[in-house]
Amino acid sequence: MSDQTLRQWLLSDTPTSRRHARMAAFYKGWLSFRGNSMAMVGLGILVLLGLVALFAPLLAPYSPFDQDLANRLKPLGTEGHILGTDSLGRDTLSRLIYGSRITLYIVALVALIAPIAGLLIGTIAGYVGGWTDAVLMRITDIFLAFPRLVLALAFVAALGAGIENAVLAISLTAWPPYARIARAETLTIRSSDFISAIKLQGAGPLRIITKHIWPLCISSLIVRVTLDMAGIILAAAGLGFLGLGAQPPSPEWGAMISEGRRFILDHWWVATMPGLAIFTVSLAFNLLGDGLRDVLDPKDSGQ
Amino acid sequence: MALSDNTGERRIGAPFAAFALGSLRTLASVAVTMLGLLFVTFVIGRVMPIDPVLAIVGERASQSTYDAVYEQLGLDKPLIVQFLYYLGDVLRGDFGISTLNARPVAEDILRVFPATLELATLGVIMGVVLGVPLGVVAAVKRGSWVDQVARVVALVGYSMPIFWLGLIGLLIFYGILGWVGGPGRLDIFYVDIVPQVTGMILVDSALAGDWAVFRNAFSHLILPASLLGYYSLAYISRMTRSFMLEQLSAEYVTTARVKGMSEWDVVWRHAFRNIRVQLITVIALSYAGLLEGSVLTEIIFSWPGIGSYITTALLAADMNAVLGGTVVVGLVFILLNIFSDLLYKVFDPRAK
Repeated sequence: MSDQTLRQWLLSDTPTSRRHARMAAFYKGWLSFRGNSMAMVGLGILVLLGLVALFAPLLAPYSPFDQDLANRLKPLGTEGHILGTDSLGRDTLSRLIYGSRITLYIVALVALIAPIAGLLIGTIAGYVGGWTDAVLMRITDIFLAFPRLVLALAFVAALGAGIENAVLAISLTAWPPYARIARAETLTIRSSDFISAIKLQGAGPLRIITKHIWPLCISSLIVRVTLDMAGIILAAAGLGFLGLGAQPPSPEWGAMISEGRRFILDHWWVATMPGLAIFTVSLAFNLLGDGLRDVLDPKDSGQ
Repeated sequence: MALSDNTGERRIGAPFAAFALGSLRTLASVAVTMLGLLFVTFVIGRVMPIDPVLAIVGERASQSTYDAVYEQLGLDKPLIVQFLYYLGDVLRGDFGISTLNARPVAEDILRVFPATLELATLGVIMGVVLGVPLGVVAAVKRGSWVDQVARVVALVGYSMPIFWLGLIGLLIFYGILGWVGGPGRLDIFYVDIVPQVTGMILVDSALAGDWAVFRNAFSHLILPASLLGYYSLAYISRMTRSFMLEQLSAEYVTTARVKGMSEWDVVWRHAFRNIRVQLITVIALSYAGLLEGSVLTEIIFSWPGIGSYITTALLAADMNAVLGGTVVVGLVFILLNIFSDLLYKVFDPRAK
């Protein structure tokens, strides 16, 4: 199939199969997303980040852990250390490159755990209703009422410092908004005609929730997740900065800022570079999230 | 005559009853939320890998001392009883003794909280003073350069790690330019000069009429407060813009314009009036957010507030202090939320 006919097939007004219709809708979404240049910039940065993380051993000029005390605190642009070195003579660029793996790891895990937990709780509350709904939503409200960072701090205090515990703590504070969204979607879907039709065909609650309600909740959850990613990155970096996330010598960006903090007045670049990295990635997620919201959820695009 | 009085009374009475019922319901839900908050902190305290008895008696204590303290702490009782004890203590304002400095946690919190309050209050004032006009202008002149600037300001605010921005701020304004005071609340020379009344140095020094202390405190406060102010500015200006856009597209605005009303009056006397309640809600939420956002800011600026207190306690495994701090911040957070909720119900007829 040539490019031209593939395009025509995708833009056809009369889809011939369910798969065809789905792909056509996806393609139209992509076309409108592609027109949003800021969102494309965000997507570009994130694709680049993914590639950097994937090929870190090939891209990094040095190991992120190799100390070289003769070359400590070298400024930017030093021969062989383009972004300088830290207080133990480790190459900043190499540490940033390896650090991208940790950032992506944290974001990916939280972005899996929190929305799935929220989806489960929200759809059950919305579909079952009654007491279950009241109790589940009250729990959601309690978690929502907590200041997130402080709650995460308390959880990390209880669980012990470390990346996995930081992920768990952030997820525990991040799920309530997803539960709310999923519940709201479920409430509108559950009373619609097609659900009654499926019920008449004998479908049980499990089948209705997993096969018919979840797929319809996904798009609003995706938008919310993308917009939350920046917050997740900032929270993880904050925990790392406080010494409660990734532990040294791990090249986590927040922890790197914390190491560089002691030298900020004389050797500013040590803390500045990882901060720029965090800023770039969370900005990219914000741009992408804004663009996705316009495509997937035009009703609240704030326009 | 009597009849009209009667209807007048009913007109006032019915909404009042509805309001009282609504308040009662809110109160009940607040109580449940607070109970939940305390339960969560209680559970966190119980799953801690730190042995609270060992933290008090030390490692070399005899078994009998250990057992005595174990019983004294009520750890031999069932969990639910322990929770009730904890609840009773907290309600009496007793958060236990800090294992770090052997002082009551409640006293410590009372001492550090004004520092955070001072910081967050100045921050939210800056956010409102700059953010509201910025949001309004961005909405009125949609698509103009002001709108673009507002968009970038908000986007950068949402994406910037606050602790990093604080460090850069210290580097530039303290390290290089020397315009502001460094970390801490006062230069060492000015410490403990003015009597402590509110614990907020700006207020205390103004009350004492000591303007040298006031200036010094202000030079220390301005940078961290601007930092927090920037974050609330990002949020407040965004929300103001979207509220205003909603109002400006309404028909009454078109009517007012058609009648020949000046643009200033349309914007400020018509549209802005209708977003005031929503705006106060947003400001209350952003205030609550700043109390939390001050945790990282306080670390950077060595600010002796509740955020520093919680983190120091955390690193020293002083669990009573961590939980006490968490409960207090949580309570303030909930109260601000409820305050904004109530305000909404009272002043916005559409919410009834």
